[in-house]
Amino acid sequence: MKYVDEFRDSQKAGYLFKEIETLAAQITPPGGRPIHIMEVCGGHTHSIFRYGIEGMLPQSIELVHGPGCPVCVLPLGRVDDAIAIAERPEVIFTTFGDAMRVPGSKKSLMQAKAEGADVRMVYSPMDALAIARKHPDREVVFFGLGFETTMPSTALTVLAAETEGIANFSVFCNHITIVPTMRAILDSPELELDGFVGPGHVSMVIGTTPYEVISQVYKKPMVVSGFEPLDILQSIWMVLKQIKDGRAEVENQYSRIVPENGNAPALEAVGRVYELRDFFEWRGLGSIVHSGVKMTASYARYDAEQKFSVPNVKIEDPDVCQCGEVLKGVIKPWQCRVFGTACTPEVPLGALMVSPEGACSAYYQYGGIKTQAGAA
Amino acid sequence: MTILPPMRARKLGKVHVPTVTLAHGGGGKAMKDLIDDVFVSAFDNPALSPLEDQARFDIAGLAARGDRLAFTTDSFVVDPLIFPGGDIGKLAVCGTVNDLAVGGATPLYLSCAVIIEEGVTIELLRRIAQSMAWTAKEAGVQVVTGDTKVVQKGACDRLFITTTGLGVIREGVDLGAHKARIGDAVLVNGLLGDHGAAILGARGEMALETEIESDCAPLNGLIEATLRTAPGVRFMRDATRGGLATVLNEIAAASQVAIEIEETATPLRREVKGFCEILGLDPLYLANEGKIVVIAPPDEEQAALAAMRAHPFGEAAMLIGRVIDGQPGRVTMRTVFGGRRIVDMLVGEQLPRIC
Repeated sequence: MKYVDEFRDSQKAGYLFKEIETLAAQITPPGGRPIHIMEVCGGHTHSIFRYGIEGMLPQSIELVHGPGCPVCVLPLGRVDDAIAIAERPEVIFTTFGDAMRVPGSKKSLMQAKAEGADVRMVYSPMDALAIARKHPDREVVFFGLGFETTMPSTALTVLAAETEGIANFSVFCNHITIVPTMRAILDSPELELDGFVGPGHVSMVIGTTPYEVISQVYKKPMVVSGFEPLDILQSIWMVLKQIKDGRAEVENQYSRIVPENGNAPALEAVGRVYELRDFFEWRGLGSIVHSGVKMTASYARYDAEQKFSVPNVKIEDPDVCQCGEVLKGVIKPWQCRVFGTACTPEVPLGALMVSPEGACSAYYQYGGIKTQAGAA
Repeated sequence: MTILPPMRARKLGKVHVPTVTLAHGGGGKAMKDLIDDVFVSAFDNPALSPLEDQARFDIAGLAARGDRLAFTTDSFVVDPLIFPGGDIGKLAVCGTVNDLAVGGATPLYLSCAVIIEEGVTIELLRRIAQSMAWTAKEAGVQVVTGDTKVVQKGACDRLFITTTGLGVIREGVDLGAHKARIGDAVLVNGLLGDHGAAILGARGEMALETEIESDCAPLNGLIEATLRTAPGVRFMRDATRGGLATVLNEIAAASQVAIEIEETATPLRREVKGFCEILGLDPLYLANEGKIVVIAPPDEEQAALAAMRAHPFGEAAMLIGRVIDGQPGRVTMRTVFGGRRIVDMLVGEQLPRIC
């Protein structure tokens, strides 16, 4: 594996930290509060903790860890539906690994598996299709999860199933969309965000133009970023530069991967298989307009929701959870009233404690150690 | 050390069928033939051949080698049974030998209990038993007693092995997890995460071709050499399930100290790094089967390191961090990037991430 260490060079990091410090000193947000920059994507949150970036930033910058962990934001009711499908005797239920532990209202897929459901971990939806090919007498269901990043691969798998005439394959679709979600966060009255480090791999699919609403309507700077620590630092610097210059634009730090107009074949496959839902329910954020997709009528036979009747019960997040406030940057994870007490990675109550990419889980696991800024 | 002499000479039975059936668990001739042909012939040694229901040891002989006994047991379930760098048999011997050795004991005797799913081939069993025998020879231990059970299809996954080990601790050797002191060095005997990555890779689910081999090895020789050169060593533990991170957390908690390691000093194979990058795994939590963590006092850290490096299983040994004054029980890592992160216990199993 090449060209990894180059993006983790601590000397270059030291230089960037100094530049960030200088810029931050020239910015004064309203009311003397710190500068709030949200990294939308769970992958960024993971890198920030993995490399200890947060503790190295000046005190005047606070990173707000956004909703971009698709596993975390899955509502309880949808997990229950997934388990109901998985527990059907004819079903082989296939899923990405990190969805195994997500708790529903009564249990997780991992517990359902222990109780006898045939739940199998796969690394790609194409692996699920291979299982369907191998077991024509069983119904193979793939747990479709993720933003636009993983949407094309499930769409292409459905198209492959159609071409091959494989009828015992379906997708339990929980794919979600990024821009409506960011808008929902920006529409929130208690919001205190100054700019965004934008998702990298979502943008590889959708391009950068869909984000223009963020800069044009909401007047917030946004920089699409890569996932290596130097990528993230450079993006933070670019956001700060925009704030200081009084600009609000969509900039692309991750141009080595992200084309302005996205990936046309991927978008075409997504467009054929999926259409927007009127609403989709999010853990911690509630119902958001156009924030999820479902199968179009012509692919309904691959839709597990239609193939198997699911309970489809809406289950409210526990009252004590403050995930929504954390997601919007109103409070920090450790300021939540149940953080680390009733809600831990072992027994997560709230969405953000569920996956290692969730902000609360990341804080709990890696902690927020503040070291001297720029000590690289 | 003398072992009580065999009661009588006996002709060993032979298996004439290709696969194990429930008949081999029935207690009759078929079972005796299986035990004779596969296990007794592989582990052939004076303590085993009488086939009594127990191995018998001469107490004076044991007492001559030390002043305490060490006793441990471990069960082995692994998929696949044969993987790059080893198999379940080698693992079953190394695991128990290492569990004895890290306590400062000289491993001497093992038991071997196997649970076999009907349908397993005799050829596979022979291969595994032979591998156990070779590894036992390499480690200088004897398999002196055992048991076999055959279960119905589906009641176990092909083959489970439990080994129990007996060893003797020399006078004056007294290692403990609670003994780490501020300033002590944290050493490891080589590249981390190979076993975990090899097993995940060998399952073939990832469609990733790797050439990573398990590090599975008996470490009693290396440990003995290290303890003779650096008798002040405080503690050792093999970094098996849960990897380096788990062992460091156990030490920090038991000694009520903080530990900080350096990412740049933590030895990882390039292939393991790449494997973890692609799957979103953290190599600090990957299992090892031939790696130990050693806590050494500052005045003996170089001696311990040199002794480890002089041994074939310790050539890539490194000083990776120190016991520091900090929040008791907390393990941190100084990252390549210059930041610090907490290295906590893993909550469950490490699962590959979505994207």
